[in-house]
Amino acid sequence: MYKRMLVLRFPPEITDQPLVCSLSREYDLCFNILKATIFPGQEGLMVLEISGYKKQVQEGLRYLRSKGVAVKSIAQEIRRNNDICIQCGACTAMCPTKALYIDDESREVRFVPSECKGCELCVAVCPVRAMEIRFAKDKVLV
Amino acid sequence: MEKNVNALKNDRDIQMSHYQISKSLEEINEKIRSGKAVVVTAEEMIGIVRKQGEIRAAQEVDVVTTGTFSPMCSSGAFINFGHSVPGIKASQVWVNGVPAYAGLAAVDIYIGATEPRVDDPLNLKYPGEFLYGGGHVIQDLVAGKTVHLRAEAYGTHCYPRKALDKRVSLSDLPFAQLCNPRNAYQNYNCAVNVTDKTIYTYMGTLRPRMGNANYCTSGQLSPLFNDPYYQTIGVGTRIFLGGGTGYVVAAGTQHNPGVPRTERGLPKRPGGTLMVMGDLKHMSPRWLVGVSLLGYGCSLAVGLGVPIPILNEEIAFRTGVSDEEIVTQVVDYGKDYPRGQGRSLKEVTYAQLKTGMIRIGDKEVKTAPLSSYVRAREIAQILRDWISSGKFLLAQPQELLPSERIETRD
Ligand code: SF4
Ligand code: SF4
Repeated sequence: MYKRMLVLRFPPEITDQPLVCSLSREYDLCFNILKATIFPGQEGLMVLEISGYKKQVQEGLRYLRSKGVAVKSIAQEIRRNNDICIQCGACTAMCPTKALYIDDESREVRFVPSECKGCELCVAVCPVRAMEIRFAKDKVLV
Repeated sequence: MEKNVNALKNDRDIQMSHYQISKSLEEINEKIRSGKAVVVTAEEMIGIVRKQGEIRAAQEVDVVTTGTFSPMCSSGAFINFGHSVPGIKASQVWVNGVPAYAGLAAVDIYIGATEPRVDDPLNLKYPGEFLYGGGHVIQDLVAGKTVHLRAEAYGTHCYPRKALDKRVSLSDLPFAQLCNPRNAYQNYNCAVNVTDKTIYTYMGTLRPRMGNANYCTSGQLSPLFNDPYYQTIGVGTRIFLGGGTGYVVAAGTQHNPGVPRTERGLPKRPGGTLMVMGDLKHMSPRWLVGVSLLGYGCSLAVGLGVPIPILNEEIAFRTGVSDEEIVTQVVDYGKDYPRGQGRSLKEVTYAQLKTGMIRIGDKEVKTAPLSSYVRAREIAQILRDWISSGKFLLAQPQELLPSERIETRD
């Protein structure tokens, strides 16, 4: 499952179109609206989380843009659920930074959030799905 | 080290009487019972043999414990789910939506680790995620969770019921044995992908143009690297399995002792395997973990540890093995492997793999393990503590695993 947290800005002339609805109908995406201020005839703003297959998420976003919606991604953070991580190391093959690495001495698989650039490559390769995507909700909902 | 290698490489004809140190399993068990046995992990044994030599090591140490923790696809459990009234002769069974094999007696099933849920999209949307399967069912059971069991039947005179739907937990089940036809592979390929596209395999995600090299054994801690000719391991060997105790019940499927070996007798390619079994009711979700291998399928990570009795200096020497001496082959899973070719692109040692980087041709390739060394070490330590505290005795194998002492050099 691929997830994105987005800020959508709708120009006034399209706020009356059921664009978001098409995301689920045409692109099979799930969405969760976290904040919405849309008044017909005025600019609308919506914060939503969408999830689905990566390709469809991308196509859905292309569709929104083609309709004139300004789409902006929101920073998300990657966390490791240490309770379920089995310390295998599979994720270290994918990590382009030094955020996930194996300590030479202890052979422990370490995760350094400050080195993580949020590419999500580790998420689906982790056999127990210990790498979790968390949206920095506080950064949007102010 | 050189001296040891020379002294012991042609050991196939060595008789018991030639050893300077000779202990019986019964003597070792006697020491364990009286709390006097010296038990160390395979990692600790390396230094002991290096420092003191195998003879003194054999004098001092009674048992060496090993461990491995990684996805082992050939795993599953036999379950008897008990008769209800009226009875059923189940012909199809699903546990949490995962099909189990029901072609056994009325309420006996086998649930395999790699079986996905009936409604799993598999690889239709490539690469599939395989989030829940037989391995996850087994983990849920040992975690004490309730699972949904559904059975269908055609109905017989003695077992008229045609459908059954119930929620059960491990404690409700009259019988549940983990029974894994192939675990603890003695060595495994190191996988790379030479093609231009990312591929998704049981060796993990392999990035194009040898973007990474994945390997999957615990090396110097791995059970069968510490007893490469199966001189102490056989049918009836008591082991650490899934957090509880289990037994080696046979050589595993694809057990192949006749592969090329190093001078120390270590297989250079996948060699021996173990078939193991143990009561699921004593196991734990820390050591039986359902896993999802992207684009490949679901499986079960199994924790397994074998104690090796140090019967003589040869066994001491063998358990002193370290990552620098263990080799494996780098194999291309992009083109070669699917065509059934196991051509070696390069031979590497586990010590090299563990540096995080190997060189293949003029390319530096990042390496990553799929097998948890930290957890393997923990298993060896737990087993060591069980034995030292006298609560785990060694069992005499009734028959050793098939072994071939061919000293192949290539
Ligand atoms: S999200 Fe990317 S950078 Fe962050 S830990 Fe995962 S692989 Fe590394
Ligand atoms: S792949 Fe997942 S389980 Fe393995 S070390 Fe990385 S985060 Fe932990």
